Amino acid sequence: MTDILLQVENLKTWFGSGAGAVRAVDGVSFEIKRGETFALLGESGCGKSVTSLSIMRLLSQPAGQVVGGRALLEGQDLLRLPEVKMRDVRGGRVAMIFQEPMTSLNPVLTVGEQICESLRRHRGLKGEKAQAALLELLDAVGIPDPRQRALEYPHQLSGGMKQRIMISIALAGEPELLIADEPTTALDVTIQAQILELLRTLQKERGMSIMLITHDLGVVAELADRVAVMYAGQIVEQASVREFFNAPQHPYSRKLFDSLPDINKRKSKLAIIAGSVPNLGQEFKGCRFADRCELAWQTCRDVEPVWQISDEGRGIRCHLYDAQLLSGRPVSQVAPVVVEEEVVPEKANQQISLLEINNLKVHYPIHKGLFKRRVGQVHAVDGVSFNIETGRTLALVGESGCGKTTAGKAILQLIRPTAGTVYFQGTSLNDLRGESLRKRRADFQIIFQDPYSSMNPRMRVADIIEEGMTALGVEVSRQSRQARVDELLTQVGLSPSMKYRYPHEFSGGQRQRICIARALAVNPKLIVCDEPTSALDVSVQAQILNLLKRLQDELGLSYLFITHNLSVVAYLAHEVAVMYLGRIVERGTVEEVLQNPRHPYTQALLAAVPVPDPDSRREISPLKGDMPSPIHPPAGCHFHPRCPHAMPICHDIYPGETVLSDKHRVHCHLYQDSAC
Amino acid sequence: MINYIIRRFFYAIPILIGVNLLTFALFFVVNTPDDMARMNLGMKRVTPEAMEKWKHERGYDKPLVFNGGAAGSEKFTDTIFYDKSVKLFVFEFGQSDSGRDITYDIKQRMWPSLVVALPILLIGLLTNITFALLVAFFRATYIDFWGVVLCVTLMSISSLFYIIGGQYLVGKLWHLVPISGYEEGFDALKFVVLPVMVGVASGIGSGIRWYRTIFLEEMGKDYVRTARAKGLSESLVLFRHVLKNAMIPILTGVVVILPLLFMGNLVLESFFGIPGLGSYTIDAINMQDFAIVRSMVFLGSILYILGLLLTDISYTLVDPRVKLA
Amino acid sequence: MTTKKIIGSVTLVFVAASVLLVFAVSFLPVKFVVLWTDVLIFILCAMCMGFAAYASQHEHLRAPWREVARDRVGVIAVVFLSAYLVIGLLDSVHFRMPLPDVKQSTEQQYSNDVLSVLDWMATPVREGVEKSYSAPFAAHLYVKETVDLPDGSKVRLYPRLQHGGAHLNNPEQERSGDILNTSLSSIFEGMVVWAVLTVLLISWLARRHHRPVSEMFGLVMRGRTEIPWHVILLATAILILFAMLAMNLSGKYHIFGTDKVGQDTFYQTLKSIRTGLVIGTLTTLVMLPFAILAGIAAGYFRGLADDVIQYVYTTLSSIPGVLLIAAAILMLQVYMATHPELFETAAARADLRLLFLCIILGVTSWTGLCRLLRGEAMKLREMDYIQAAVAFGVGHFKIIGRHILPNVMHIVLISIVLDFSSLVLAEAVLSYVGVGVDPTMNSWGNMINSARLEMAREPIVWWPLLAAFIFMFVLVLSANLFADAVRDAFDPRLRRSGLRACL
Repeated sequence: MTDILLQVENLKTWFGSGAGAVRAVDGVSFEIKRGETFALLGESGCGKSVTSLSIMRLLSQPAGQVVGGRALLEGQDLLRLPEVKMRDVRGGRVAMIFQEPMTSLNPVLTVGEQICESLRRHRGLKGEKAQAALLELLDAVGIPDPRQRALEYPHQLSGGMKQRIMISIALAGEPELLIADEPTTALDVTIQAQILELLRTLQKERGMSIMLITHDLGVVAELADRVAVMYAGQIVEQASVREFFNAPQHPYSRKLFDSLPDINKRKSKLAIIAGSVPNLGQEFKGCRFADRCELAWQTCRDVEPVWQISDEGRGIRCHLYDAQLLSGRPVSQVAPVVVEEEVVPEKANQQISLLEINNLKVHYPIHKGLFKRRVGQVHAVDGVSFNIETGRTLALVGESGCGKTTAGKAILQLIRPTAGTVYFQGTSLNDLRGESLRKRRADFQIIFQDPYSSMNPRMRVADIIEEGMTALGVEVSRQSRQARVDELLTQVGLSPSMKYRYPHEFSGGQRQRICIARALAVNPKLIVCDEPTSALDVSVQAQILNLLKRLQDELGLSYLFITHNLSVVAYLAHEVAVMYLGRIVERGTVEEVLQNPRHPYTQALLAAVPVPDPDSRREISPLKGDMPSPIHPPAGCHFHPRCPHAMPICHDIYPGETVLSDKHRVHCHLYQDSAC
Repeated sequence: MINYIIRRFFYAIPILIGVNLLTFALFFVVNTPDDMARMNLGMKRVTPEAMEKWKHERGYDKPLVFNGGAAGSEKFTDTIFYDKSVKLFVFEFGQSDSGRDITYDIKQRMWPSLVVALPILLIGLLTNITFALLVAFFRATYIDFWGVVLCVTLMSISSLFYIIGGQYLVGKLWHLVPISGYEEGFDALKFVVLPVMVGVASGIGSGIRWYRTIFLEEMGKDYVRTARAKGLSESLVLFRHVLKNAMIPILTGVVVILPLLFMGNLVLESFFGIPGLGSYTIDAINMQDFAIVRSMVFLGSILYILGLLLTDISYTLVDPRVKLA
Repeated sequence: MTTKKIIGSVTLVFVAASVLLVFAVSFLPVKFVVLWTDVLIFILCAMCMGFAAYASQHEHLRAPWREVARDRVGVIAVVFLSAYLVIGLLDSVHFRMPLPDVKQSTEQQYSNDVLSVLDWMATPVREGVEKSYSAPFAAHLYVKETVDLPDGSKVRLYPRLQHGGAHLNNPEQERSGDILNTSLSSIFEGMVVWAVLTVLLISWLARRHHRPVSEMFGLVMRGRTEIPWHVILLATAILILFAMLAMNLSGKYHIFGTDKVGQDTFYQTLKSIRTGLVIGTLTTLVMLPFAILAGIAAGYFRGLADDVIQYVYTTLSSIPGVLLIAAAILMLQVYMATHPELFETAAARADLRLLFLCIILGVTSWTGLCRLLRGEAMKLREMDYIQAAVAFGVGHFKIIGRHILPNVMHIVLISIVLDFSSLVLAEAVLSYVGVGVDPTMNSWGNMINSARLEMAREPIVWWPLLAAFIFMFVLVLSANLFADAVRDAFDPRLRRSGLRACL
């Protein structure tokens, strides 16, 4: 009994009151043992963050109320502790780190002050002693030059550094339990790998428990010992990580795995979960997942499944594992419906070049001084070259700030390039101005990352889709335009009857479909997809990826797919170009780059991606440091300060292009000789 | 830093030129000096001679911008524009229409204005912040609700009511302080107490509400959650974290009006007979003394621009994120 | 109710109103006078109605207004504001009465006094002028006068008023009884009117929701309706009671006393409502086009346009507001004094000065909104949907009209309602400073200003001050509460700051 640190029983947190109260957390129970990492996995809106905030009693007060349940920390119920006592627990025995390191630190206090606050509060340390403890902590979370950093303000630190500071604040009270709410979601993969590594080491050293809240199966596999899957306010499955990844049991968990894109699924459609998460402002009669479950039968809709624990200690909430109820299942449905593995034939390469980019540059001037002299420039895109063929997908991969979005916009002439050429079907877009450019715009369109800001909230869907057609004169008569809107909505998997609604009435995935329909409305040949799935949950991401793939086959579209997500690249792209600090460091076909990466940065990037397989936990050391500022890129090879293979020549000369194969090129001194 | 101040100083010049041209247009182009003379001498039966004399005494009988009759540079300097507008840049306000030296008057009168306006600002700031913190501390309770109701009620009352009510109650009914007047030195105190009270009271409603909004906005931010997650008490969160961040917009909002305190409060000063710049302006308006009004417009702009400059500097002092560049 | 029906009824009202107007103009024996501010007020009303008809068709416009209608404090404020509005509108239809045909001339002669419908309705009060001050409900003058007695001797006493309480034989004994009687009967009348209104409202609601009247009655009284009708009814009850009391009592007494020249203070206060409303609304209307155009242009186009617009508004806002207004009004005064031939009547002259005051106030206050809109337009132009429109080759002006303008309108609306109350308050201060409305025009500022001079009098003349302050206070308070409700409903960011968020 003593090895159980936190035991949550039947926790219920509701927002609002009365019949329409949103049951964000509705009867959640789990326990966390000493020294283990317990992961709470779920998609957005499933109640995983609310669960952790309820335990910490940090919910914003009038809105959210814990209406039932217990949270026992070694037998002491946190939910009924007087607030004064609770303050000793908060940050003392239980500490928490949050998703957004950018906003979670007080901007007007130095990081040292913010850490010392916790030291004084929970360990009573002051003066010299506090200073010593502070330096020790900063050292422990891997902050170089701690004495100097303690005096700095949060805005002077990078995102990864801020998250390290957050962790050191949490550690200051020497907690027994650390709640990490999506600790790496806002960070780039290479930084994510650093933070995960840090959490792992810290846990090993200090023997504390970690409650990890995440939506990322890879992160779970990487870090957790046990995992609980949440869906619509309830835990639907719980198991040890190894068991879970070997054989997920709940239909929802299985779907989550199936909908993950990866290179082996290239030839098939991704599995999707139909429909969307039910509205939590109601009382449920049956299983919450029944409406989206392919294995469901009538009982699932009528009887709420109970929590069952199997002999091996796995827990599940599903009628499929209830022998009694399963016997009542209609025979026709006993065999699980296998998703049709629709084989999509890869189109033969036509090798017609559609878009050719040569030495594209976008520089932003920086003005400073008495008369706003130009003192320097941001090298956002600094000499990028590639080409895209008809019907093919080129993925532009890189971490945030590497200039990939700017490059995409510059190609579309939404930002005018500083230098370089963009040839689209032989026409130089850079030289087009005004009306002649406007006419060409039908050929290349864009889909944005955030489905919430990409549609005017004051316009109806029909008007949104029609806008491009009217502006570019695609369909002349109003009636034919309306007919086209209907057709487009059907094409992207929505009903034409939805066209008189406003964007806010749609979910994120549906919005992204509307954005695709809007782009398709003008019959483009090339679509720049700017991280179209990164704001979406995995299951919804799968829907969009399927749709994009289908449209490419049907319409022969070319995509410039801008992303940081390598598994999406593996699934969708034909060719890959990896960008670092405004330049492409490696490019080639997807097989060449992802399976045989040559540039050290590509290798590090691939290694940093957490793999959803606990057996492949890597013991590699993550890439050190942060991406430098594009205002003062390092001399020589931009990557040399972080490169494990850096040679003297790397400090001085930017490496030229080395041709490795027909498509595969790399900019690295390691391969210069072999090419010569 | 010095570099920055110099640059801001240069930015201020075109704005001051704009203000200058605007006032010139307003005072000399919309209505000619003849109109002003006629207005001042009484509308009816004004002889041309009297008008000429009035204009000559005040230097309004020159050409507006270009004196064709003069020689050399005087073609430009011997004009109304040069005399009355350009000279404002060197703080030569000249003479009022009634013949007094405006610069002397301003120097005399700015101190009483400050004596009234500064305590109003400081006491008001202190009261408003205190109450706003209190209301924010009890947010989403009935204290908050009735606090806001009271604020809205207070800010719906005309400032004239506070003045007249204050004068009637404190001065007339209770005979605590003189209703109006002013004396130099420490005797000023008894004359200043009432206007200060009235000034603070009339700003309290909107002040508390405004600061409450700032506090609540800060309290909704992520770092406050972090502070709570550390186990800090609510008052520590409020004073150490929220107040420190909220002070940035509050302080910079105050700094803007600091120089303008010299201009005084028009209504308050004239009601209480404080011989400051506010009542000076009002008297000028009522006597239709254009020279004084023109000077005050320009002086006000200079002080406001000075306030903007001070604000920019104060940002860099209180907000570590802002660097002077 | 379907939107078509709403549009239908709005059109019907319009048609009916214009028919009535045509009828009135052609058949009534008066000469209509259209003042500048009247025109603007009616244009504003038409714009509001047009917007209402448009908004009722668009869910995203209708939704926030429904939110306002659900806000209890908000609807009370609306009830009181509409009372002010009705009085203000009645006071905005001006005409000149025909003079009795003395000279037997063929052409009809008209009086030089420009009257409004409100003046005409309040004729007894307007014409019941006493000699000088009299206290509220007094039957005697407030100042002693030397009166010639019938026997030829002279006595200094407080003479009886010619109108106030003139129907009483013995005011000392009868007055309180008479006031009480009149009040009671007014209260009774008010209750009757209110009951009739309530019944009408509930039966209309019952028809609309297809419920029996009795059930609807229960729902309304227990406050179970979406729009808090019970609160609206309560506010209406209070309003009707006051209206009845004021109507009946002011026929017999000067309920707020009289001023120095014996004019009824209550009448003056009512007349001041229009001035307050005009300043509060027209000022914003005047400045709105500049603020919107300049703000959006600066934020959207950046570059040179931004520099120029920023320069203009920094320059304007660097002049302290009061001083700019003072300077401009002084110049206006000079201009008006030197060009008396431009104005046909005194009313037209006062009206033009009011309009100019609005314009000048507008010039000094547009910079704030402009700055806000510039910031918002700068944020919006980076939004993905505008980038998408650019990618479609949509022109700049279409983008502004279709994407930016609709998405900043809530800011415009919020600033209109927020500005209203401060403008009403500013009028009083400006009139005191001497740069407000024309001294001959009825306004709360002028009332306070003239009453202030009597502060030193013993015993003090307090009623004009109090009457002006109370009427101003109720208007400003309602406007502030309404503004809060509007802001809560329209501004997603500030949703937590308002009154309702406290509960």
